[in-house]
Amino acid sequence: MNSVILNYIQENKDQIFNEWIESLKENGDERVVKVVSDQVFNSTSYEFIDVIIASVKNSTEEFTSRLSDFSEKVVRLGWPLSFVTKALNIFGKIVFQKMQGDGLVNNENQMDTVFEFDRWMNPMVNEMVNMYSSTWERTVSMQKIALQELSAPLIPVFDNITVMPLVGTIDTERAKQIMENLLQGTVKHRSEVVLIDITGVPVVDTMVAHHIIQAADAVRLVGAKCMIVGIRPEIAQTIVNLGIDLNQITTKNTLKKGVEAALEITKRKIVKVEEAE
Amino acid sequence: MENQSCVKIINEWDIVAARQLGRNVAKDLGFGTVDQARITTAISELARNIYLYAGQGQVCIEKIYDGGKAGLQILAADSGPGISDLRQVMEDGYSTSGGLGAGLPGVKRLMDEFVIDSEPGKGTDIKATKWLR
Repeated sequence: MNSVILNYIQENKDQIFNEWIESLKENGDERVVKVVSDQVFNSTSYEFIDVIIASVKNSTEEFTSRLSDFSEKVVRLGWPLSFVTKALNIFGKIVFQKMQGDGLVNNENQMDTVFEFDRWMNPMVNEMVNMYSSTWERTVSMQKIALQELSAPLIPVFDNITVMPLVGTIDTERAKQIMENLLQGTVKHRSEVVLIDITGVPVVDTMVAHHIIQAADAVRLVGAKCMIVGIRPEIAQTIVNLGIDLNQITTKNTLKKGVEAALEITKRKIVKVEEAE
Repeated sequence: MENQSCVKIINEWDIVAARQLGRNVAKDLGFGTVDQARITTAISELARNIYLYAGQGQVCIEKIYDGGKAGLQILAADSGPGISDLRQVMEDGYSTSGGLGAGLPGVKRLMDEFVIDSEPGKGTDIKATKWLR
């Protein structure tokens, strides 16, 4: 039965193809139809039919590998998954309707044909969805790693003075990392003053404040002084509204002021070099 | 509904999604940066409470109009364990999770109106409103 469908596709390849393309352009996702050039669109769709036809001639294993190659290609083209599954659906519908029109599907074998169609279409759809989801999973895990790498660096700017710039949202995971890096770095760089710059933190709620306070306390325990810098005016207001007590920690408006204060604490200052004669 | 959009809170990143939504709506309504920060912080607190105590729930942001005034309303709802002593949680410094205990009283101060409704074992509904001045 399966081969009946496939043979039918092979015989009416061009006709099915044209109808398919037309229907896709009518119902398809605008993001794909308008952006992708006709040539890429046609050649990819044609390749798909070839893959299907190849399954008649080749073994199942070969078909699977060709199908996954093809799915990979589609994923790389960046077509939305919803569009691809819809395209597969339309393809199946067209073939079924045409077979019905040509009398290959009649009342007697209708149910069998429907089942066969299912058995034939489902693995293809599954393969596509799998390919997409595994690509996404890979991307997400890569991004997670990338994010972790730039999550909380501790930068020594002067002898005994280090800065930790924080950018972006702080969640529990990051808060842990911040604490670890902060303490390890403070000891390693023999810092006397550590500046935590929160200019790039969009929202300071009680949890973020709590983590920062804990970090500052811990820094004090290892014998350094901690300063919070980069508190924007609107953040200052929300901190006051929330009733968070930051009295134990020195705070400064900008990193610049923080560095100046840190130099003062370590009994140094920046002087302008006199022009030599 | 056009004026209301919701975010389901299931994991920690949904908190970010909720406050992003809130910030966009606040910007849209014409709130200044300070009020935007207040609103996003309030959403962050409420969403985090859902994540921490109830496990899951949802946060809805609604544009509301009353007479000539426009405002933003946050609706945080969950069907978690609920709160047995409402007076206690509204006190500064009370926390069951070792946090700062400034969350709910803080949200009340950040927003103009604040209504909390909770039944132990059934869940908690919080409605907080900020009016555009």
